[in-house]
Amino acid sequence: MKRLLCLQWVFAASLLAQHSFTQIDIEDGGRLFRANCAVCHGAEGNQVQGIDLAHGKLRRAKTDDDIAAIIRNGIPGTAMPPTNFNDSVALTVVAYLRTMAAAAATTVTGGDPVAGKSIYDGKGNCATCHRIRGVGSRFGPDLSDIGIYRLPGEVERSLTDPDAEILPQNRHFRGVTKDGLAITGLLLNEDKYAVQILDSKDRLVSVKRTSLKEFTFTADKSPMPSYKDKLTHQELSDLVSYLVSLKGVGVP
Amino acid sequence: MRSLCPLLALVAPLLHAQITFDRIVDANKEPQNWLTYSGTPLSQRHSLLTQINPANVKNLELQWVFQSQSVEKFEASPLVVDGILYTVQAPNDVVAMDAETGRIFWVSPYAPSLEARVCCGRVNRGLAILGDTLFMGTIDGHLLALDAKTGKGIWNVAVAKAEAGYALTLAPLVVKDKVIVGTAGGEYGIRGFLAAYDTKTGKEAWRFNAIPGPGEPGHETWAGDSWMHGGASVWVTGSYDPQLNLTYWGIGNPGPDWNSDDRNGANLYSDSVVALDADTGKLKWYFQFSPHDDFDYDSVQVPVLADMEWKGKQRRVMLWANRNGFYYVLDRATGEFLQGKQFAKATWTTGLDDGGHPVRVAEARPSREGTLVYPGVQGATNWFSPSWSPHTGLFYINTWENYASVFNKLPGDYVEGRRYTGGSPRSPVPSLRGTQVITRTEDEGYGVLRAFDPQTAVRKWEFKMADVTGSGVLTTASDLLFTGGREGYFWAIDARTGTELWRTNLGGPAESGPVTYSVNGRQYVAVCAGNSLFTFALRQ
Repeated sequence: MKRLLCLQWVFAASLLAQHSFTQIDIEDGGRLFRANCAVCHGAEGNQVQGIDLAHGKLRRAKTDDDIAAIIRNGIPGTAMPPTNFNDSVALTVVAYLRTMAAAAATTVTGGDPVAGKSIYDGKGNCATCHRIRGVGSRFGPDLSDIGIYRLPGEVERSLTDPDAEILPQNRHFRGVTKDGLAITGLLLNEDKYAVQILDSKDRLVSVKRTSLKEFTFTADKSPMPSYKDKLTHQELSDLVSYLVSLKGVGVP
Repeated sequence: MRSLCPLLALVAPLLHAQITFDRIVDANKEPQNWLTYSGTPLSQRHSLLTQINPANVKNLELQWVFQSQSVEKFEASPLVVDGILYTVQAPNDVVAMDAETGRIFWVSPYAPSLEARVCCGRVNRGLAILGDTLFMGTIDGHLLALDAKTGKGIWNVAVAKAEAGYALTLAPLVVKDKVIVGTAGGEYGIRGFLAAYDTKTGKEAWRFNAIPGPGEPGHETWAGDSWMHGGASVWVTGSYDPQLNLTYWGIGNPGPDWNSDDRNGANLYSDSVVALDADTGKLKWYFQFSPHDDFDYDSVQVPVLADMEWKGKQRRVMLWANRNGFYYVLDRATGEFLQGKQFAKATWTTGLDDGGHPVRVAEARPSREGTLVYPGVQGATNWFSPSWSPHTGLFYINTWENYASVFNKLPGDYVEGRRYTGGSPRSPVPSLRGTQVITRTEDEGYGVLRAFDPQTAVRKWEFKMADVTGSGVLTTASDLLFTGGREGYFWAIDARTGTELWRTNLGGPAESGPVTYSVNGRQYVAVCAGNSLFTFALRQ
């Protein structure tokens, strides 16, 4: 755990001026932001005129605590409503805002989403593992709404360095039965007696622990290969721009 | 049926008799009943019933379910009195049921004031009984006396001010002609206390300030005015030793929880056990587990009273599994520290000194940038009951292992009725959050039931779970142990070996202490999980 801790501290210290937060706080804040703020401010925080949350362009707030106070109390006389968040919850949203710029920042700009779709379907072979609106494999995360949940920089990082961040809901199970059969799948849930997975044949399976000779949960190693050297800069740009355009099944 | 006749003859004289205090003290003479929160005033959560045993426990089957009309955690431990089961539907509706069938005799609803403030759920942990009267604390700071036959009110007193964050969530404890309660509110800047009320009239008989006021010994352990809002709540039921006439209670965290800058000193009697004269409320002794705590390590656990041979001499001891990661053996007549043992990963301390006081790790303190500390804010164990079995000589503790929090320290002023915590702990890992799914590795925390021999401090066995647990532990004289977990399982375990003997999936977390009782010669085991109470007995 010590190593994990150090990494967190370095990460937090490099991005945050006034508070330090764990990766989990940032993720919590991101969830709250998407559920409560993104409707008006946009996923990248720049949809309200004159305000760019990702880049600290704000009308009134100067410090983290100022922003947290506005999140809690709203701004009377404007469209910014109060929330029922307490201080520490509001600060997790601030934590997310402080990381947004870095997460949104990408070395790939000006991509063409239409060309990106071709790379997704063709050269990238993405559908071998991923699924969009019911098409493709369920082995990796469904990407139908990836544009709501991930910013361009995060998508780029996942493509070039898949191990950099694996969300807890994307952990994989890898086991060998006593008969020597290898089982892999997406880890869905676990209890004392069994592990619930979506296996490599898209079956929802509850694997009895007693049937296994060995098993691991891969929390730090993604089964996905890096596309760093497999795609050109332009192809990567196109692919990122396609993926961040995916905003869910209800959106045309 | 013939074989039941002698038993019926034995039980019959008791059937309509009132619950005298002598019956409560001698509760082990009528193991068919469950007369106090923890079974008896000694709080061992150990039953002398033996009909269900390791050989036949596999034949347990569901008898009935009570589905509460509440979405809160079901933390109440029921009472069973001569075939009637009494419990509380959260927050404060008392329910009387036929303990054999679950059929409801009456429901006594109570609508708490909208001013009620509770940190961690609108919960209630149960009732006390004396004579024909039930006693319940309410989340809006009242203590009620109700007719056990009808549920109608007898008296209702305001114990403390709900608007200021005082709430009663514990099951009261009856001692002689008094009913004793304390109040929750450690996250709201309360000044905690214990108070005893006359069971007949509701008139206050004595009060013990868990934070000494000016002129009282211990006041000097609080810098400046910090004593006025220093927390020291009481929210789990204490114990009583009839020979010593002492009542024992665990006291909660000092406040503000995670910012101790303004409360220099040991902050007595926060995070302590206090031994009080049951007639007067006068302090006989105290033992502080975590002086000047800034991790919210409430010492709000059940004081387990056991008599055992200790280094060649019979001794009246107290066993205490603390949220801070140590369990303790104390002499309960004097408070003398006899032994302490770390039972889960703890990084805030390097161990206990000869007097049982923890040696702090200087850098392990909440900070503005956040500090990772084991155990996390919920502790290595918490309020859920441990058990002591005189038959196995083992002390059973449901434990959170490899469990940490990142403790943030923030400024904050006291405002009546607002949270006053001085920061916030957060989880460094994704899934210890009470969600319905977990995808956690063992390094990220897990629940485990551990059995210790308190005389040798040797861990005899452990029973690991995938998720953590909020369940209490029940043992019986037939060497069975019952407990549950957040995975939804309820287990029967061999109390000597830790071997699983039976389990069922109740589909929701067990967040209270199981009990056992008997009606018409048939033994039942009851446990709450999710929003329901489940009862089991052997297949007939």
